Amino acid sequence: MTIQFNDETFRDDYTFRNSDWALKRFPFPFHEDSYMYSVNMEQHRGGPEGSVYEKRFDVDEHYVSEMRDRAQVLSEDPLRCQSLPHMTLAGWDVLELIMVSKSEDYPDLFELHRDGNRWRWINKPLGIDDTFTFLDEATLPYGPLEYITRQTQGDFAVLDQRDDNLWMDAGMVTTQADWSLDFDIGMNFFEWHAPVPMAHEKGIFVRALKFLMNIQQGAPARRLNWTMTVNPLLDTSPENYHKWGIQKTTLTPENIGAKQHLRVELQTFFRLPRSNALVFPIRCYLCSFQDLMTVPKWGRRLHRVVRDLPAELATYKGFIDNRPLMLDYLSGFDDGLPTSPGIWPDLETEPPLAK
Amino acid sequence: MSTFAFPPSIKSRPVWGSFEPQSGSAYLFVADAEGAEAILDLAKVAPALMASAHIIYIPKGTDFETALRALNPAQLYVGPSYAASLPRLRKTLEDAKMGLQVYLSGSEGLMGQAMREAAEAGIPHAAIQTEHRGSVARRMQCVHCKGITEDVAVDPFVCSHCGLNLFVRDHYSRRLAAYQGVCIDAEAPGCVPEPKGIYE
Repeated sequence: MTIQFNDETFRDDYTFRNSDWALKRFPFPFHEDSYMYSVNMEQHRGGPEGSVYEKRFDVDEHYVSEMRDRAQVLSEDPLRCQSLPHMTLAGWDVLELIMVSKSEDYPDLFELHRDGNRWRWINKPLGIDDTFTFLDEATLPYGPLEYITRQTQGDFAVLDQRDDNLWMDAGMVTTQADWSLDFDIGMNFFEWHAPVPMAHEKGIFVRALKFLMNIQQGAPARRLNWTMTVNPLLDTSPENYHKWGIQKTTLTPENIGAKQHLRVELQTFFRLPRSNALVFPIRCYLCSFQDLMTVPKWGRRLHRVVRDLPAELATYKGFIDNRPLMLDYLSGFDDGLPTSPGIWPDLETEPPLAK
Repeated sequence: MSTFAFPPSIKSRPVWGSFEPQSGSAYLFVADAEGAEAILDLAKVAPALMASAHIIYIPKGTDFETALRALNPAQLYVGPSYAASLPRLRKTLEDAKMGLQVYLSGSEGLMGQAMREAAEAGIPHAAIQTEHRGSVARRMQCVHCKGITEDVAVDPFVCSHCGLNLFVRDHYSRRLAAYQGVCIDAEAPGCVPEPKGIYE
C-alpha cells in the first residue's frame, strides 16, 4: 500500500491523529490482563502483514511529521544527538543498516544505489537525494548517525560492547520516555537503568544484558515497553520537563479520553557488522484512550492492567496521581468478560462491550 | 573521623572505597579539605610511599597543610581551588608513566572530577583508589539548563544558573562528574518543600 503521510503536530495544538489503519496496527503492549516486568524478548524477523513488526524499520503515516518534530527538537537542543569519539564507525554501521533495510522493505519510498563506496540515497517522502562517500564523514551534512536518524522514526541508542557490558556511547533521543541522553551517555547497562524500580531486584537487567550481548548479526530481537503520556507529546524529555510536566495536571473526566495516551515503545536490537556495537532503536507509538476503547478487548484489558499495577510502577511511569481519573474512565469499558490471550485486537472474535 | 556511611542506593551512584597501599612506580594524590586525613592515615601504614608521592591539595578552609608537609612527599601543591589546580593535574597525568597509582580523597565533587581527568588520560576508573571524607555536599547538574552547581548540601535547591527549584537525585554521571537535579515543582509551580540536608 502507499502510505498517506499526515500533516500533524506533536506539541502546542497537538493535531496528531491515528487513522483507522494506524489504530488497528497499534502495538498494544499487554498480552494478558496484568503487567509485570519481564525480559519479554523475541526474534525480530517480520510479523503479520501490515503489523508494526513486519518491516525491520516500520514507516507509518506519522513519518514526515515526526521527522519535522525531531528537527525542531534538535534545533532547540543539539545535545539530543551525541556520539563519543570511538563510535563513528558504529554510526556508519547504523546508516548502512537503515538504508539497506528501508530501500529493500519500502522500494517505492527509498532507494539506495551503491557503486563501491560511492552511495546515492533517495528518500522520497522527505525529498532527499544525496550522493556521498561511505565512511567519509566530510561528504555528509551531519555525522552518519545523525544524518540517518534525522530520517528514521524512533530514538536510537548505540551501545558499545566491552568489559562484559554494554555502554551507551552514542544516540539520537528526541521521543524519549523521560530520560536524558546527555546525562546517560557513557554509562553502562546497569548504570543507565539505575533509576528503574523493582527490575534490578528481579534480576531482569542481568538476564537482559546476557541476552543482548549474545545477539548475532542478522538475528535482531525485539520487545515492547510502555508508559503513559498526557497529550500526544513526543518530546517528553527531562530537559523540558519543567515545561511539559504541568500538562499532566490538565486531565478532566471530560477530556481524558482524548488527552490521555498510551505510549508504547517497540524496542529492537541489531548487531552491527564493523563495530560489533548494538543499535537499539526505540520506536514510540501513541494512541489516545478513546481510540483504544474502540477495540473491546483492549478496553477490558487496559482497565485491568492500570487498576492492578503496583503503585511503585505507576509512580515510576509518572501517572500515579492520574490513576483514579483513568480508572473512572476505563472502568466504563470493562464488562468483566474474559479476554483472549495475546496482544492482537481480535475484533472478529471478541464480543462487543456488554454494558 | 570525618567519615560518613552512605545509605544503599541505585547502581549509578558511585561507591567510594578506602585507601590501601599498593605497589607502584609513583603516587598521585588529589584531595580536598578532610580528604587530607585519608592521606595521613595511609602514610601511617605505608610511610615509604611518600618519597615518590605528588600531592595536589585544596584545603577549602581546613588546616592540614602542615601535617601533609610533615609527610615529606616528593611534591606538595596546595591550591586555592580545584579549577586552579586543574592545569597542574592534567600535566601530571599527561607526563605519567606506567605504574602510577592514583588516590583521590575528600568530597564527591573533587573525586568525581579528578577521576574523570584520570580516566581521560587512560587510567581505568576501577583502578583508581578513592576515599570519601568530610562534606557530603554534591556537585549537581541541572538537567534543564545543563549548568553545574557545586557543593549542594540541601534538597531541594535552587539552580545557580537558571533559578529552577531542583530535587537532588542519586542518578550520577561519571562523564559529567555530577548528580542530576530535576525540577521539583513542574506539576505544581511554587509548591516547593522546605530544603533539608541531603541525608536528613
